[in-house]
Amino acid sequence: MIDKQQLKEFVLRLGDDSLVLGHRLSQWSSNGPFLEEDLALTNVALDYVGRARMFYGYTAEIAADGSTEDSYAYNRDCRDFTNLLIHELPRGDFAFTMARQYLVDEFNLAYMERLKLSRDKTLAAIAEKAYKEDLYHLRRSTSWILRLGDGTTESHDRLQNAIDDLWGYTTELFEMDELDQEMSKANVGVDVASLQPEWIRQVTATLSKATLTVPADDWVVTGGRKGIHTEALGHMLSDMQFLQRAYPGQQW
Amino acid sequence: MSVEVKSEQEVVFQKRIDAEEKIEPKDWMPEKYRQTLIRQMSQHAHSEVIGMQPEGNWLTRAPTLHRKCILLAKVQDEGGHGLYLYSAAETLGISRDELVKALHDGVAKYASIFNYPALTWADIGAIGWLVDGAAIVNQISLQRTSYGPYARSMVRICKEESFHQRQGYQIMMTLTQGSHEQKAMAQDALDRFWWPSLMMFGPHDAESAHSAQSMKWKIKRQSNDELRQKFIDQSVKQADVIGLKIPDPALKWNTDRGHYDIGEIDWSEFARVIKGDGPCNRQRLQHHNRIHAEGAWVRDAVAAYEAKHKQRSTKAA
Repeated sequence: MIDKQQLKEFVLRLGDDSLVLGHRLSQWSSNGPFLEEDLALTNVALDYVGRARMFYGYTAEIAADGSTEDSYAYNRDCRDFTNLLIHELPRGDFAFTMARQYLVDEFNLAYMERLKLSRDKTLAAIAEKAYKEDLYHLRRSTSWILRLGDGTTESHDRLQNAIDDLWGYTTELFEMDELDQEMSKANVGVDVASLQPEWIRQVTATLSKATLTVPADDWVVTGGRKGIHTEALGHMLSDMQFLQRAYPGQQW
Repeated sequence: MSVEVKSEQEVVFQKRIDAEEKIEPKDWMPEKYRQTLIRQMSQHAHSEVIGMQPEGNWLTRAPTLHRKCILLAKVQDEGGHGLYLYSAAETLGISRDELVKALHDGVAKYASIFNYPALTWADIGAIGWLVDGAAIVNQISLQRTSYGPYARSMVRICKEESFHQRQGYQIMMTLTQGSHEQKAMAQDALDRFWWPSLMMFGPHDAESAHSAQSMKWKIKRQSNDELRQKFIDQSVKQADVIGLKIPDPALKWNTDRGHYDIGEIDWSEFARVIKGDGPCNRQRLQHHNRIHAEGAWVRDAVAAYEAKHKQRSTKAA
Protein backbone atom coordinates (compact mmCIF):
# COMPACT_ATOMS: atom_id res chain seq x y z
CA MET A 1 0.00 0.00 0.00
CA ILE A 2 1.23 3.47 -0.78
CA ASP A 3 0.51 6.28 1.60
CA LYS A 4 -0.55 9.84 0.99
CA GLN A 5 2.91 11.24 1.52
CA GLN A 6 4.38 8.93 -1.11
CA LEU A 7 1.70 9.76 -3.62
CA LYS A 8 2.16 13.47 -3.02
CA GLU A 9 5.91 13.24 -3.53
CA PHE A 10 5.44 11.23 -6.69
CA VAL A 11 2.94 13.65 -8.25
CA LEU A 12 5.08 16.61 -7.26
CA ARG A 13 8.00 15.18 -9.23
CA LEU A 14 5.87 15.06 -12.34
CA GLY A 15 4.75 18.63 -11.73
CA ASP A 16 8.35 19.79 -11.38
CA ASP A 17 9.39 18.04 -14.59
CA SER A 18 6.57 19.74 -16.48
CA LEU A 19 7.01 23.21 -15.06
CA VAL A 20 10.77 23.38 -15.46
CA LEU A 21 10.66 22.22 -19.07
CA GLY A 22 7.68 24.46 -19.84
CA HIS A 23 9.56 27.40 -18.41
CA ARG A 24 12.63 26.71 -20.52
CA LEU A 25 10.48 26.47 -23.64
CA SER A 26 8.69 29.70 -22.80
CA GLN A 27 12.05 31.46 -23.02
CA TRP A 28 11.79 31.05 -26.79
CA SER A 29 9.02 33.62 -27.08
CA SER A 30 10.23 36.35 -29.46
CA ASN A 31 13.44 34.35 -29.90
CA GLY A 32 12.40 31.71 -32.46
CA PRO A 33 14.18 31.30 -35.80
CA PHE A 34 10.98 32.35 -37.58
CA LEU A 35 7.55 33.44 -36.46
CA GLU A 36 5.71 30.14 -37.00
CA GLU A 37 8.31 28.28 -34.97
CA ASP A 38 8.23 30.93 -32.26
CA LEU A 39 4.53 30.24 -31.86
CA ALA A 40 4.94 26.47 -31.99
CA LEU A 41 7.56 26.50 -29.23
CA THR A 42 5.46 28.64 -26.94
CA ASN A 43 2.51 26.40 -27.69
CA VAL A 44 4.45 23.39 -26.44
CA ALA A 45 5.50 25.49 -23.44
CA LEU A 46 1.85 26.13 -22.74
CA ASP A 47 1.10 22.40 -22.83
CA TYR A 48 3.81 21.76 -20.24
CA VAL A 49 2.87 24.61 -17.92
CA GLY A 50 -0.74 23.44 -18.20
CA ARG A 51 0.42 19.95 -17.26
CA ALA A 52 2.34 21.36 -14.29
CA ARG A 53 -0.84 23.05 -13.09
CA MET A 54 -2.70 19.75 -13.17
CA PHE A 55 0.02 17.86 -11.30
CA TYR A 56 0.51 20.64 -8.73
CA GLY A 57 -3.21 21.04 -8.31
CA TYR A 58 -3.46 17.35 -7.56
CA THR A 59 -0.49 17.58 -5.20
CA ALA A 60 -2.29 20.32 -3.28
CA GLU A 61 -5.43 18.23 -3.18
CA ILE A 62 -3.54 15.26 -1.73
CA ALA A 63 -1.70 17.47 0.75
CA ALA A 64 -4.97 19.08 1.88
CA ASP A 65 -2.96 21.61 3.86
CA GLY A 66 -4.16 24.82 2.24
CA SER A 67 -1.42 24.73 -0.39
CA THR A 68 -2.26 25.60 -4.01
CA GLU A 69 -0.63 24.88 -7.36
CA ASP A 70 1.32 28.12 -6.94
CA SER A 71 2.73 27.13 -3.55
CA TYR A 72 4.75 24.44 -5.28
CA ALA A 73 5.94 26.59 -8.17
CA TYR A 74 6.74 29.76 -6.30
CA ASN A 75 7.54 28.98 -2.68
CA ARG A 76 10.12 26.24 -2.85
CA ASP A 77 13.87 26.57 -3.20
CA CYS A 78 16.27 24.74 -5.47
CA ARG A 79 16.81 21.77 -3.15
CA ASP A 80 13.05 21.15 -2.91
CA PHE A 81 12.61 20.80 -6.67
CA THR A 82 12.76 17.19 -7.79
CA ASN A 83 12.69 17.47 -11.58
CA LEU A 84 14.98 15.38 -13.72
CA LEU A 85 18.04 17.43 -14.66
CA ILE A 86 17.57 17.28 -18.42
CA HIS A 87 14.54 19.56 -18.12
CA GLU A 88 16.32 22.40 -16.36
CA LEU A 89 19.35 22.81 -18.64
CA PRO A 90 19.37 26.31 -20.17
CA ARG A 91 17.60 26.43 -23.51
CA GLY A 92 20.82 26.82 -25.50
CA ASP A 93 20.50 27.29 -29.25
CA PHE A 94 17.64 25.95 -31.34
CA ALA A 95 19.51 22.69 -31.92
CA PHE A 96 19.92 22.14 -28.20
CA THR A 97 16.27 22.86 -27.49
CA MET A 98 15.03 20.54 -30.23
CA ALA A 99 17.49 17.78 -29.31
CA ARG A 100 16.33 17.87 -25.70
CA GLN A 101 12.72 18.04 -26.79
CA TYR A 102 13.09 15.04 -29.05
CA LEU A 103 14.84 12.90 -26.40
CA VAL A 104 12.25 13.86 -23.82
CA ASP A 105 9.30 13.46 -26.21
CA GLU A 106 10.28 9.88 -27.01
CA PHE A 107 10.40 9.22 -23.30
CA ASN A 108 7.24 11.11 -22.37
CA LEU A 109 5.08 9.50 -25.01
CA ALA A 110 5.98 6.04 -23.76
CA TYR A 111 5.64 7.18 -20.16
CA MET A 112 2.20 8.72 -20.60
CA GLU A 113 1.01 5.70 -22.52
CA ARG A 114 1.73 3.64 -19.38
CA LEU A 115 0.51 6.26 -16.92
CA LYS A 116 -2.85 6.25 -18.71
CA LEU A 117 -3.30 2.80 -17.13
CA SER A 118 -2.56 4.04 -13.62
CA ARG A 119 -4.87 2.84 -10.88
CA ASP A 120 -4.96 6.44 -9.73
CA LYS A 121 -7.81 7.93 -11.74
CA THR A 122 -6.55 11.51 -11.59
CA LEU A 123 -3.10 10.56 -12.85
CA ALA A 124 -4.67 8.43 -15.57
CA ALA A 125 -6.81 11.36 -16.69
CA ILE A 126 -3.87 13.78 -16.78
CA ALA A 127 -1.87 11.18 -18.74
CA GLU A 128 -4.71 10.80 -21.21
CA LYS A 129 -4.48 14.48 -22.08
CA ALA A 130 -0.68 14.59 -21.95
CA TYR A 131 -0.40 11.56 -24.22
CA LYS A 132 -2.34 13.32 -26.97
CA GLU A 133 -0.11 16.37 -26.67
CA ASP A 134 3.02 14.23 -26.70
CA LEU A 135 1.97 12.53 -29.92
CA TYR A 136 2.04 15.91 -31.58
CA HIS A 137 5.19 17.04 -29.76
CA LEU A 138 7.07 13.95 -30.89
CA ARG A 139 5.96 14.28 -34.49
CA ARG A 140 7.22 17.85 -34.46
CA SER A 141 10.54 17.24 -32.72
CA THR A 142 11.29 14.16 -34.85
CA SER A 143 10.84 16.16 -38.00
CA TRP A 144 13.21 18.81 -36.65
CA ILE A 145 15.85 16.17 -35.85
CA LEU A 146 15.65 14.96 -39.44
CA ARG A 147 15.76 18.43 -40.96
CA LEU A 148 18.60 19.73 -38.80
CA GLY A 149 20.58 16.50 -38.89
CA ASP A 150 20.31 16.11 -42.64
CA GLY A 151 20.22 19.83 -43.46
CA THR A 152 23.45 21.81 -43.70
CA THR A 153 26.88 20.99 -42.25
CA GLU A 154 26.33 23.68 -39.66
CA SER A 155 22.93 22.38 -38.56
CA HIS A 156 24.26 18.83 -38.47
CA ASP A 157 27.21 19.81 -36.29
CA ARG A 158 25.14 21.94 -33.97
CA LEU A 159 22.65 19.13 -33.48
CA GLN A 160 25.36 16.49 -32.97
CA ASN A 161 26.99 18.70 -30.32
CA ALA A 162 23.65 19.17 -28.61
CA ILE A 163 22.96 15.42 -28.54
CA ASP A 164 26.46 14.81 -27.18
CA ASP A 165 25.96 17.42 -24.45
CA LEU A 166 22.59 15.98 -23.48
CA TRP A 167 23.36 12.30 -23.61
CA GLY A 168 24.72 11.96 -20.08
CA TYR A 169 21.47 13.36 -18.70
CA THR A 170 19.26 10.76 -20.37
CA THR A 171 20.22 7.90 -18.05
CA GLU A 172 18.33 9.62 -15.26
CA LEU A 173 15.07 9.28 -17.19
CA PHE A 174 15.16 5.54 -16.53
CA GLU A 175 16.36 5.49 -12.94
CA MET A 176 14.07 3.89 -10.38
CA ASP A 177 14.48 4.91 -6.77
CA GLU A 178 12.53 3.37 -3.92
CA LEU A 179 9.52 5.59 -4.47
CA ASP A 180 9.36 4.79 -8.17
CA GLN A 181 9.49 1.09 -7.37
CA GLU A 182 6.73 1.36 -4.79
CA MET A 183 4.53 3.37 -7.15
CA SER A 184 5.16 0.99 -10.00
CA LYS A 185 4.41 -2.02 -7.82
CA ALA A 186 1.12 -0.47 -6.77
CA ASN A 187 0.23 0.14 -10.43
CA VAL A 188 0.05 3.84 -9.80
CA GLY A 189 3.37 4.85 -11.33
CA VAL A 190 5.39 3.57 -14.26
CA ASP A 191 8.29 1.14 -14.41
CA VAL A 192 10.56 3.56 -16.25
CA ALA A 193 13.51 1.17 -16.37
CA SER A 194 11.47 -1.08 -18.61
CA LEU A 195 11.03 1.77 -21.12
CA GLN A 196 14.73 2.13 -21.79
CA PRO A 197 15.37 -0.55 -24.46
CA GLU A 198 12.56 0.67 -26.69
CA TRP A 199 13.64 4.30 -26.15
CA ILE A 200 17.18 3.45 -27.23
CA ARG A 201 15.87 1.62 -30.26
CA GLN A 202 13.68 4.54 -31.36
CA VAL A 203 16.29 7.20 -30.68
CA THR A 204 18.96 5.21 -32.51
CA ALA A 205 16.69 4.80 -35.52
CA THR A 206 15.83 8.50 -35.70
CA LEU A 207 19.40 9.70 -35.15
CA SER A 208 20.71 7.32 -37.80
CA LYS A 209 18.09 8.50 -40.24
CA ALA A 210 19.18 12.06 -39.48
CA THR A 211 22.82 11.09 -40.22
CA LEU A 212 23.74 11.59 -36.55
CA THR A 213 25.80 9.42 -34.24
CA VAL A 214 24.45 7.94 -31.04
CA PRO A 215 26.94 9.07 -28.36
CA ALA A 216 28.86 6.58 -26.23
CA ASP A 217 27.57 6.01 -22.69
CA ASP A 218 30.74 7.34 -21.12
CA TRP A 219 29.33 9.96 -18.74
CA VAL A 220 26.26 10.20 -16.55
CA VAL A 221 24.93 12.96 -14.31
CA THR A 222 21.95 12.33 -12.06
CA GLY A 223 20.52 13.78 -8.87
CA GLY A 224 17.37 15.73 -9.75
CA ARG A 225 15.01 13.51 -7.76
CA LYS A 226 17.17 14.14 -4.69
CA GLY A 227 17.26 17.90 -5.30
CA ILE A 228 20.87 17.91 -6.48
CA HIS A 229 20.57 20.20 -9.48
CA THR A 230 22.70 22.05 -11.96
CA GLU A 231 23.49 25.64 -10.99
CA ALA A 232 21.14 26.79 -13.73
CA LEU A 233 18.00 25.92 -11.75
CA GLY A 234 18.57 28.50 -9.02
CA HIS A 235 18.73 31.28 -11.58
CA MET A 236 15.60 30.02 -13.25
CA LEU A 237 13.78 30.07 -9.91
CA SER A 238 14.99 33.53 -8.98
CA ASP A 239 13.53 34.80 -12.23
CA MET A 240 10.30 32.80 -12.03
CA GLN A 241 9.61 33.43 -8.34
CA PHE A 242 10.56 37.11 -8.26
CA LEU A 243 7.10 38.62 -7.72
CA GLN A 244 5.92 36.07 -5.19
CA ARG A 245 9.12 36.53 -3.21
CA ALA A 246 9.21 40.33 -3.44
CA TYR A 247 5.52 40.75 -2.51
CA PRO A 248 4.68 37.66 -0.45
CA GLY A 249 1.14 36.54 0.22
CA GLN A 250 -0.63 38.72 -2.36
CA GLN A 251 -3.29 37.91 -4.91
CA TRP A 252 -2.31 38.46 -8.53
CA MET B 1 -5.35 74.57 -58.42
CA SER B 2 -4.49 71.27 -59.95
CA VAL B 3 -7.05 69.39 -61.93
CA GLU B 4 -7.19 65.72 -61.12
CA VAL B 5 -7.61 63.59 -64.18
CA LYS B 6 -8.96 60.19 -63.34
CA SER B 7 -8.73 57.19 -65.58
CA GLU B 8 -11.87 55.25 -66.27
CA GLN B 9 -10.52 52.45 -64.07
CA GLU B 10 -10.11 54.84 -61.18
CA VAL B 11 -13.66 56.10 -61.58
CA VAL B 12 -15.04 52.57 -61.55
CA PHE B 13 -12.84 51.75 -58.55
CA GLN B 14 -14.13 54.74 -56.58
CA LYS B 15 -17.71 53.82 -57.46
CA ARG B 16 -17.20 50.36 -56.06
CA ILE B 17 -15.72 51.83 -52.88
CA ASP B 18 -18.63 54.25 -52.58
CA ALA B 19 -21.04 51.33 -52.97
CA GLU B 20 -19.30 49.60 -50.01
CA GLU B 21 -18.02 46.78 -52.19
CA LYS B 22 -14.90 45.02 -50.90
CA ILE B 23 -11.80 45.17 -53.08
CA GLU B 24 -10.22 41.76 -53.53
CA PRO B 25 -6.58 40.84 -54.36
CA LYS B 26 -7.13 40.22 -58.07
CA ASP B 27 -9.21 43.36 -58.63
CA TRP B 28 -7.71 46.38 -60.30
CA MET B 29 -6.64 49.03 -57.79
CA PRO B 30 -4.73 52.31 -57.99
CA GLU B 31 -1.04 51.85 -57.23
CA LYS B 32 -1.31 54.38 -54.42
CA TYR B 33 -4.15 52.40 -52.83
CA ARG B 34 -1.98 49.28 -52.93
CA GLN B 35 1.02 51.12 -51.47
CA THR B 36 -1.06 52.69 -48.72
CA LEU B 37 -2.42 49.30 -47.72
CA ILE B 38 1.02 47.70 -47.75
CA ARG B 39 2.30 50.49 -45.52
CA GLN B 40 -0.60 50.27 -43.11
CA MET B 41 -0.95 46.48 -42.99
CA SER B 42 2.77 45.84 -42.62
CA GLN B 43 2.97 48.46 -39.89
CA HIS B 44 0.11 46.68 -38.21
CA ALA B 45 1.80 43.26 -38.60
CA HIS B 46 5.15 44.56 -37.32
CA SER B 47 3.36 46.09 -34.32
CA GLU B 48 1.88 42.73 -33.39
CA VAL B 49 5.28 41.07 -33.63
CA ILE B 50 7.32 43.77 -31.88
CA GLY B 51 4.56 43.94 -29.27
CA MET B 52 5.45 40.39 -28.28
CA GLN B 53 8.70 41.70 -26.79
CA PRO B 54 7.49 43.83 -23.85
CA GLU B 55 5.00 41.14 -22.86
CA GLY B 56 7.36 38.27 -23.49
CA ASN B 57 9.69 40.08 -21.11
CA TRP B 58 7.27 39.06 -18.30
CA LEU B 59 6.50 35.50 -19.40
CA THR B 60 9.16 33.96 -17.20
CA ARG B 61 8.18 36.19 -14.26
CA ALA B 62 4.39 35.90 -14.34
CA PRO B 63 3.25 35.80 -10.71
CA THR B 64 1.04 32.70 -10.87
CA LEU B 65 0.86 29.66 -13.14
CA HIS B 66 -2.59 30.74 -14.29
CA ARG B 67 -1.26 34.17 -15.30
CA LYS B 68 1.70 32.52 -16.99
CA CYS B 69 -0.60 30.37 -19.13
CA ILE B 70 -2.81 33.32 -20.05
CA LEU B 71 0.19 35.43 -21.00
CA LEU B 72 1.73 32.60 -23.05
CA ALA B 73 -1.53 32.21 -24.95
CA LYS B 74 -1.85 35.96 -25.42
CA VAL B 75 1.66 36.46 -26.75
CA GLN B 76 1.03 33.58 -29.10
CA ASP B 77 -2.15 35.25 -30.31
CA GLU B 78 -0.22 38.43 -31.06
CA GLY B 79 2.29 36.48 -33.13
CA GLY B 80 -0.64 34.80 -34.89
CA HIS B 81 -2.09 38.21 -35.71
CA GLY B 82 1.26 39.15 -37.17
CA LEU B 83 1.10 36.04 -39.35
CA TYR B 84 -2.45 36.78 -40.63
CA LEU B 85 -1.51 40.33 -41.41
CA TYR B 86 1.71 39.41 -43.21
CA SER B 87 -0.29 36.90 -45.26
CA ALA B 88 -2.99 39.46 -45.98
CA ALA B 89 -0.32 41.96 -47.03
CA GLU B 90 1.24 39.31 -49.30
CA THR B 91 -1.99 39.29 -51.34
CA LEU B 92 -0.90 42.75 -52.48
CA GLY B 93 2.13 41.31 -54.22
CA ILE B 94 4.87 41.76 -51.65
CA SER B 95 6.70 39.04 -49.71
CA ARG B 96 7.09 38.70 -45.96
CA ASP B 97 10.87 38.81 -46.41
CA GLU B 98 10.58 42.20 -48.10
CA LEU B 99 8.31 43.46 -45.33
CA VAL B 100 10.68 42.29 -42.61
CA LYS B 101 13.61 43.81 -44.43
CA ALA B 102 11.80 47.16 -44.55
CA LEU B 103 11.36 46.88 -40.77
CA HIS B 104 15.03 46.14 -40.24
CA ASP B 105 16.04 48.99 -42.53
CA GLY B 106 13.87 51.36 -40.52
CA VAL B 107 11.66 52.11 -43.54
CA ALA B 108 8.59 50.39 -42.11
CA LYS B 109 7.33 51.46 -38.70
CA TYR B 110 5.50 49.76 -35.86
CA ALA B 111 3.25 51.22 -33.16
CA SER B 112 5.45 53.53 -31.12
CA ILE B 113 3.79 52.42 -27.87
CA PHE B 114 6.00 49.33 -27.93
CA ASN B 115 9.03 51.53 -27.51
CA TYR B 116 8.04 52.00 -23.88
CA PRO B 117 9.38 49.50 -21.35
CA ALA B 118 7.24 47.00 -19.41
CA LEU B 119 8.86 47.55 -16.01
CA THR B 120 6.43 46.00 -13.56
CA TRP B 121 3.76 43.33 -13.60
CA ALA B 122 1.13 46.08 -13.63
CA ASP B 123 2.48 47.13 -17.02
CA ILE B 124 1.25 43.82 -18.38
CA GLY B 125 -2.17 44.80 -17.07
CA ALA B 126 -1.90 48.27 -18.55
CA ILE B 127 -0.77 46.95 -21.92
CA GLY B 128 -3.75 44.61 -22.12
CA TRP B 129 -6.24 47.15 -20.85
CA LEU B 130 -5.04 50.30 -22.61
CA VAL B 131 -2.83 49.30 -25.51
CA ASP B 132 -5.01 46.42 -26.65
CA GLY B 133 -8.04 48.52 -25.74
CA ALA B 134 -6.87 51.32 -28.04
CA ALA B 135 -5.99 48.80 -30.73
CA ILE B 136 -9.49 47.31 -30.63
CA VAL B 137 -11.19 50.67 -31.04
CA ASN B 138 -9.13 51.13 -34.18
CA GLN B 139 -9.57 47.56 -35.37
CA ILE B 140 -13.33 47.44 -34.90
CA SER B 141 -13.48 50.35 -37.27
CA LEU B 142 -11.14 48.53 -39.66
CA GLN B 143 -13.49 45.55 -39.88
CA ARG B 144 -15.26 47.75 -42.44
CA THR B 145 -12.11 48.72 -44.32
CA SER B 146 -12.45 48.48 -48.10
CA TYR B 147 -9.77 45.85 -48.74
CA GLY B 148 -11.36 42.41 -48.27
CA PRO B 149 -8.43 40.39 -46.83
CA TYR B 150 -7.63 43.17 -44.34
CA ALA B 151 -11.26 43.53 -43.24
CA ARG B 152 -11.66 39.79 -42.73
CA SER B 153 -8.43 39.47 -40.76
CA MET B 154 -9.72 42.23 -38.46
CA VAL B 155 -12.86 40.27 -37.62
CA ARG B 156 -10.89 37.43 -36.13
CA ILE B 157 -8.24 39.64 -34.57
CA CYS B 158 -10.90 41.72 -32.80
CA LYS B 159 -12.36 38.65 -31.13
CA GLU B 160 -9.00 37.71 -29.65
CA GLU B 161 -8.07 41.28 -28.77
CA SER B 162 -11.22 41.77 -26.77
CA PHE B 163 -10.19 38.80 -24.64
CA HIS B 164 -6.74 40.35 -24.24
CA GLN B 165 -8.21 43.64 -23.20
CA ARG B 166 -10.37 42.02 -20.55
CA GLN B 167 -7.46 40.02 -19.14
CA GLY B 168 -5.41 43.21 -18.88
CA TYR B 169 -8.21 45.02 -17.12
CA GLN B 170 -8.65 42.07 -14.80
CA ILE B 171 -4.97 42.20 -13.84
CA MET B 172 -5.42 45.89 -13.00
CA MET B 173 -8.59 45.18 -11.04
CA THR B 174 -6.86 42.47 -9.00
CA LEU B 175 -3.97 44.82 -8.24
CA THR B 176 -6.25 47.64 -7.16
CA GLN B 177 -7.95 45.26 -4.74
CA GLY B 178 -4.60 44.19 -3.33
CA SER B 179 -1.94 45.67 -1.06
CA HIS B 180 -0.91 49.30 -0.94
CA GLU B 181 2.14 48.44 -3.04
CA GLN B 182 0.03 46.68 -5.65
CA LYS B 183 -2.35 49.63 -5.93
CA ALA B 184 0.60 51.97 -6.37
CA MET B 185 2.00 49.65 -9.01
CA ALA B 186 -1.27 49.78 -10.94
CA GLN B 187 -1.55 53.57 -10.72
CA ASP B 188 2.06 53.97 -11.83
CA ALA B 189 1.44 51.78 -14.87
CA LEU B 190 -1.61 53.83 -15.81
CA ASP B 191 0.39 57.04 -15.34
CA ARG B 192 3.06 55.85 -17.72
CA PHE B 193 0.85 54.20 -20.37
CA TRP B 194 -2.06 56.64 -20.54
CA TRP B 195 -0.61 59.34 -22.79
CA PRO B 196 1.30 56.99 -25.10
CA SER B 197 -1.97 55.04 -25.52
CA LEU B 198 -3.73 58.21 -26.69
CA MET B 199 -0.89 58.79 -29.14
CA MET B 200 -1.56 55.38 -30.69
CA PHE B 201 -4.39 56.94 -32.69
CA GLY B 202 -1.94 59.19 -34.49
CA PRO B 203 -1.84 62.96 -34.96
CA HIS B 204 -4.91 65.20 -34.82
CA ASP B 205 -6.99 64.95 -37.98
CA ALA B 206 -5.77 68.32 -39.22
CA GLU B 207 -2.15 67.17 -38.94
CA SER B 208 -2.56 63.64 -40.30
CA ALA B 209 -0.58 63.17 -43.49
CA HIS B 210 -2.35 60.14 -44.91
CA SER B 211 -5.87 60.58 -43.61
CA ALA B 212 -7.89 62.33 -46.31
CA GLN B 213 -7.16 59.97 -49.16
CA SER B 214 -7.45 56.94 -46.89
CA MET B 215 -10.91 58.06 -45.79
CA LYS B 216 -11.97 58.55 -49.39
CA TRP B 217 -10.80 55.06 -50.28
CA LYS B 218 -12.42 53.81 -47.08
CA ILE B 219 -9.18 52.23 -45.95
CA LYS B 220 -9.83 54.31 -42.84
CA ARG B 221 -13.42 54.54 -41.74
CA GLN B 222 -13.18 56.93 -38.82
CA SER B 223 -10.77 59.74 -38.11
CA ASN B 224 -7.93 59.62 -35.57
CA ASP B 225 -9.68 62.08 -33.29
CA GLU B 226 -13.03 60.27 -33.42
CA LEU B 227 -11.41 56.97 -32.51
CA ARG B 228 -9.28 58.56 -29.78
CA GLN B 229 -12.38 60.14 -28.24
CA LYS B 230 -14.16 56.81 -28.19
CA PHE B 231 -11.21 55.27 -26.37
CA ILE B 232 -10.98 58.11 -23.85
CA ASP B 233 -14.67 57.93 -23.02
CA GLN B 234 -14.63 54.19 -22.40
CA SER B 235 -11.33 54.17 -20.48
CA VAL B 236 -12.20 56.99 -18.09
CA LYS B 237 -15.20 55.02 -16.87
CA GLN B 238 -13.19 51.82 -16.61
CA ALA B 239 -10.49 53.55 -14.55
CA ASP B 240 -13.13 54.97 -12.26
CA VAL B 241 -14.66 51.56 -11.58
CA ILE B 242 -11.37 50.19 -10.25
CA GLY B 243 -10.41 53.36 -8.41
CA LEU B 244 -7.55 54.51 -10.60
CA LYS B 245 -6.96 58.12 -11.52
CA ILE B 246 -6.37 59.19 -15.12
CA PRO B 247 -3.17 61.29 -15.06
CA ASP B 248 -4.68 64.38 -16.65
CA PRO B 249 -5.67 67.37 -14.47
CA ALA B 250 -7.58 68.86 -17.41
CA LEU B 251 -9.80 65.82 -17.88
CA LYS B 252 -13.42 66.96 -17.67
CA TRP B 253 -16.83 65.81 -18.83
CA ASN B 254 -18.16 68.15 -21.48
CA THR B 255 -21.96 68.12 -21.34
CA ASP B 256 -22.35 69.98 -24.62
CA ARG B 257 -20.24 67.52 -26.55
CA GLY B 258 -21.29 64.48 -24.56
CA HIS B 259 -17.62 63.51 -24.33
CA TYR B 260 -14.63 63.95 -22.07
CA ASP B 261 -12.27 66.82 -22.79
CA ILE B 262 -8.60 66.15 -22.18
CA GLY B 263 -5.45 68.18 -21.75
CA GLU B 264 -2.97 68.73 -24.54
CA ILE B 265 -1.15 65.66 -25.84
CA ASP B 266 2.61 66.11 -25.86
CA TRP B 267 3.19 65.75 -29.58
CA SER B 268 6.87 66.47 -29.24
CA GLU B 269 7.19 63.22 -27.29
CA PHE B 270 5.23 61.41 -29.99
CA ALA B 271 7.56 62.79 -32.67
CA ARG B 272 10.61 61.93 -30.60
CA VAL B 273 9.59 58.30 -30.05
CA ILE B 274 8.60 57.79 -33.69
CA LYS B 275 11.91 59.24 -34.77
CA GLY B 276 13.67 56.56 -32.73
CA ASP B 277 14.39 58.27 -29.43
CA GLY B 278 11.92 56.39 -27.25
CA PRO B 279 13.18 54.42 -24.26
CA CYS B 280 13.36 51.07 -26.09
CA ASN B 281 13.49 51.77 -29.83
CA ARG B 282 17.02 50.51 -30.24
CA GLN B 283 16.53 47.37 -28.18
CA ARG B 284 13.29 46.40 -29.93
CA LEU B 285 14.73 46.62 -33.40
CA GLN B 286 18.13 45.22 -32.48
CA HIS B 287 16.44 42.27 -30.82
CA HIS B 288 14.35 41.54 -33.90
CA ASN B 289 17.42 41.86 -36.11
CA ARG B 290 19.58 39.69 -33.90
CA ILE B 291 17.02 36.91 -33.58
CA HIS B 292 16.42 36.96 -37.31
CA ALA B 293 20.17 36.63 -37.91
CA GLU B 294 20.55 33.94 -35.25
CA GLY B 295 17.79 31.90 -36.87
CA ALA B 296 19.37 32.01 -40.31
CA TRP B 297 21.15 28.68 -39.92
CA VAL B 298 17.83 27.01 -39.01
CA ARG B 299 16.06 28.43 -42.05
CA ASP B 300 19.03 27.42 -44.21
CA ALA B 301 18.87 23.90 -42.84
CA VAL B 302 15.17 23.63 -43.67
CA ALA B 303 15.81 24.81 -47.22
CA ALA B 304 18.78 22.44 -47.65
CA TYR B 305 16.82 19.49 -46.31
CA GLU B 306 13.89 20.20 -48.60
CA ALA B 307 16.17 20.58 -51.61
CA LYS B 308 17.95 17.29 -50.86
CA HIS B 309 14.73 15.40 -50.45
CA LYS B 310 13.18 16.87 -53.54
CA GLN B 311 16.27 15.79 -55.44
CA ARG B 312 16.15 12.30 -53.96
CA SER B 313 12.46 11.84 -54.72
CA THR B 314 13.01 13.06 -58.29
CA LYS B 315 15.85 10.57 -58.71
CA ALA B 316 13.75 7.79 -57.26
CA ALA B 317 10.91 8.55 -59.65
